[in-house]
Amino acid sequence: MRITKLPDIAESEITPEDIFMNRRRFIEMTSGLAFAASSVDAWAQETRGPYDTDESKTPYKDITTYNNFYEFGTDKDSASRNSKNFRTQPWTISVEGFVKKPQAYAFDELIRNLTIEDRVYRMRCVEGWSMVIPWRGFELRALIKRLEPTSRARFVEFQTLYAPDQLPEQRRGFLAWPYVEGLRLDEAMNPLTILAVGLYGKPLPNPNGAPIRLVVPWKYGFKGVKSIAKIRFVDKQPVTTWMNLAPDEYGFYANVNPVVDHPRWSQATERRLGEFFKRKTLPFNGYADQVASMYSGMDLRKNF
Amino acid sequence: MISIRRFWRVAAFLACLTPAVWLAGLAFTGNLSANPIQDITEQTGTWTLRLILITLCVTPLRALTGWNGVIRYRRMLGLFAFFYGFLHFLTYVWLDQFFALTDIFQDVYKRPFIAAGFSSFVLMVPLAITSTKKWISRLGGRKWQLLHRLTYVSAIAAIAHYLWLVKADIRRPMAYAFLLSILLGVRVLKLLRSRRTASVVDGTEATL
Repeated sequence: MRITKLPDIAESEITPEDIFMNRRRFIEMTSGLAFAASSVDAWAQETRGPYDTDESKTPYKDITTYNNFYEFGTDKDSASRNSKNFRTQPWTISVEGFVKKPQAYAFDELIRNLTIEDRVYRMRCVEGWSMVIPWRGFELRALIKRLEPTSRARFVEFQTLYAPDQLPEQRRGFLAWPYVEGLRLDEAMNPLTILAVGLYGKPLPNPNGAPIRLVVPWKYGFKGVKSIAKIRFVDKQPVTTWMNLAPDEYGFYANVNPVVDHPRWSQATERRLGEFFKRKTLPFNGYADQVASMYSGMDLRKNF
Repeated sequence: MISIRRFWRVAAFLACLTPAVWLAGLAFTGNLSANPIQDITEQTGTWTLRLILITLCVTPLRALTGWNGVIRYRRMLGLFAFFYGFLHFLTYVWLDQFFALTDIFQDVYKRPFIAAGFSSFVLMVPLAITSTKKWISRLGGRKWQLLHRLTYVSAIAAIAHYLWLVKADIRRPMAYAFLLSILLGVRVLKLLRSRRTASVVDGTEATL
């Protein structure tokens, strides 16, 4: 396996990060509508895309301080407290399995020229709370097309970086590390599925899985594997970390489903952070129109 | 002038109240996390368990140190355990479920961890009611003592409640389980030993 070398000058030094990160703003800048560098408070989506929710967005502070990132600790604030020195530069992603050219890529190399856009998605945690997050990223299908999986590839598996020196809880065995998640290839190719590299117009903060993480808005949040270091194209359904821990509680699909309870708590309602009253959880987290057809004929109680 | 004894009672009272005041302070100044209801639920639950365990320390501590005065704090500690349990219960019924009674009954019926927590709390109610001197004399010492052994059941149910709700890392509930097993183990040992002596000298039943 060959490691693609980082260029002598970092990509971010050649292209100002803001332009590199935001195609829409780039277009506006070239058409003479330049505006000041983005700050979180000033961040506003220029146009609402077809997949964006217009629900009010969860504040940046809440999104970046209320996380489940068990590699940094199991409290909600563990990630924001313990991830400050997490090194995301340089970052290498190894692509393996049934793919035209299995090799390791430098992060900048891998995502070069992919269309970066903002997506405002609901995020429903399996624990019963939810957020609305303005992600910035690219459609996974664009990357998959570029990587050219072979006909044997039926699933995509993702792994978080394994680095116990930086991710201290990986020294403890309450979960099988590194964190593994996966998607069926058609789920991975769905236009809703993105790899996020930012939120609120800024590069992805460490607590949210810097530099790159998966976002699958119709599934429970734990499917969104963070700080991805490995992408594998495989022919068998991967055993994910949570399935491995408790197969009766966490399935491979993990589609948001108000009528299939977690064995220990109800999934019928959720608390949107910032709201007092609970709201009803929607099938496929409100994305049924875009994704339900992928599961037609499947018993979603069995394939939870 | 207040006596030393009274001073320590007030100090203990204030110490027990501190977590509640601290939590209320964080809540009103907006310094809880993005999910304050969850924080309040977790904090009140944790303090209930801690105070149950602290209450269970009183008798062994007395036996171990010979400090008989410690027994005077037992009722206060037990009532504070009930107080935090009540806050925890109220948080669930009011803030979390907003009095959706059918959902609550379903929760208790369908989910073992809610059932365990609910049992733990319900068992504390008769103990709180009968914690007065009047009730001790009304029931008689032995009966009262027997009734108040429900504390052990309540404590075990509280641990089960905690263990059952954790997703993966059971280190913390296991730490509490370990402490409880020591506190109950001490009592079992004492019971076994007193049985043995009782069979020899036909003495009275030991208190636990």
